Amino acid sequence: MRIKEHPILKFEEKKKLSFFFDGKEVYGYEGDTVASALHALGVKVLSHSIELHRPRGFYCAIGNCSSCMMIVDGKPNVKTCVTQLLENMVVKTQVNKGDIYEAN
Amino acid sequence: MKQIDLVIIGGGPAGLSAAKMAAESGLASLIVERNFNVGGQLVKQTHMFFGSEKQYAKTRGIDIAKILVDDVLKFPDLIEIMTDTSVVGLYKDKVVTLLQKEKYIKVKTNAIIIATGASEKVLAFENNDLPGIYGAGAVQTLMNVHGVLPGNDVVMVGSGNIGLIVSYQLIQAGVNVKCVLEAASTIGGYKVHASKLKRLGVDILTSHSIKKAIGKNYLEKIVIGKLDDKWKFIEGTEEEIEVDSLCISVGLSPLSNLLSMIGVDMKYVSTLGGLVPLIDKNHETSIKNIFVAGDVCGVEEASSAIVEGYLTGLVVAEKLGFKHPNYDELYLDFKDQLHNLRSGPFGEKLRLGLQEIMR
Ligand SMILES: Cc1cc2nc3c(=O)[nH]c(=O)nc-3n(C[C@H](O)[C@H](O)[C@H](O)COP(=O)(O)OP(=O)(O)OC[C@H]3O[C@@H](n4cnc5c(N)ncnc54)[C@H](O)[C@@H]3O)c2cc1C
Ligand code: FES
Repeated sequence: MRIKEHPILKFEEKKKLSFFFDGKEVYGYEGDTVASALHALGVKVLSHSIELHRPRGFYCAIGNCSSCMMIVDGKPNVKTCVTQLLENMVVKTQVNKGDIYEAN
Repeated sequence: MKQIDLVIIGGGPAGLSAAKMAAESGLASLIVERNFNVGGQLVKQTHMFFGSEKQYAKTRGIDIAKILVDDVLKFPDLIEIMTDTSVVGLYKDKVVTLLQKEKYIKVKTNAIIIATGASEKVLAFENNDLPGIYGAGAVQTLMNVHGVLPGNDVVMVGSGNIGLIVSYQLIQAGVNVKCVLEAASTIGGYKVHASKLKRLGVDILTSHSIKKAIGKNYLEKIVIGKLDDKWKFIEGTEEEIEVDSLCISVGLSPLSNLLSMIGVDMKYVSTLGGLVPLIDKNHETSIKNIFVAGDVCGVEEASSAIVEGYLTGLVVAEKLGFKHPNYDELYLDFKDQLHNLRSGPFGEKLRLGLQEIMR
């Protein structure tokens, strides 16, 4: 969900960016982080805890807590709250510690 | 290796102000900021600030950020800014390691000002890791920077100024704030902020806290309860509330891990938010030429972070042989401003805390 009207801030329509989330083509906007784009699409589960595989979403949004780590363009453990969304990015939900040579 | 007189870690209000004052004195500096833009916490604050005019009271946080950034951009020859760059290593011989886009960069410097700010505390309760449970600052970033709503129905935990302000901002963005929970028997933040919420019909439940969160993949419900005067849940007072988001605003703790890394003398002071460095009157730590400014040496406010930044920038420049033409006058003025900001009953705990870290 995106804010459309706000008494103080203006959110102008920005350039649409397409990217892939778990194999599906979806859209975000320029200026989004990967986490904010997914959140706007209603995706809250970004990662899983290592031992018990409990679902995890973002918590701090400034790169401190490591609760939002996903596989981005084949690279695991990327903090998506501080990763800028780019056109054609391939984003996947992470379920393990992260394999280094994960293929796209 | 890159060489520069002064490295400032963190481009929030404290770091930006330090760079400006150092540049006014003639000293060159490099600001390293891990975010995409400088401005620190201010870039998400849409409310008008308190304080006196010297620290931009009655101006919105986002506009104060612009003023501070413009000030710094006036010195393109003296101030270099590296964004999207984190400081990941600090060594006693004043070598700083930066990580920028998967590349390590080493910088040799003569002095360092650490102005890394603070991070939000977490709260222990059952299922506190469910998606949909966020730090209040995170929600502020999501809404005010990215224009994305956290959810439809929110409960805020904590009635300090941040909890109250973010609750109000949630309503401005169109979110239903069901209530604010406060464990203490009185509201923590300023009355003006609390009154604004009450006028909008939001209950602030004192002596209440969250007991557990419920949900399969993400938050669906919470259970709250009433607390006795020892902050223990009173049996039979539990109540379920349906929410899709929960905001935690139970204080900040200084982001002081770089200071621990380099081995400066530290102390745990709860009124300052956690582990903080011991400092002298000029904000120098126990290691020569390593200074601190802003929330990292005690969680306060943007106003004091700005003045602390000016003060350290001024002092560091003088130490490295660049004395500001109005040094004495400015020094006294900054000390005076800090004194005034911390006076009065609201500043009492803070004043005691600061005494504890004086070297
Ligand atoms: C909701 C809310 C409301 C507030 N309201 C007010 C108010 O009304 N009045 C007021 O005076 N104050 C207010 N404040 C407080 C104020 O925002 C902070 O006290 C102030 O921003 C602290 O400034 P700082 O420069 O110390 O830290 P910050 O603003 O946190 O800046 C620190 C910077 O350092 C960067 N950083 C951290 N680690 C590294 C690293 N390793 N490498 C590189 N960069 C790093 C961070 O990304 C950040 O940009 C409010 C705060 C919040 C959250
Ligand atoms: S949400 Fe904390 S690191 Fe991304």
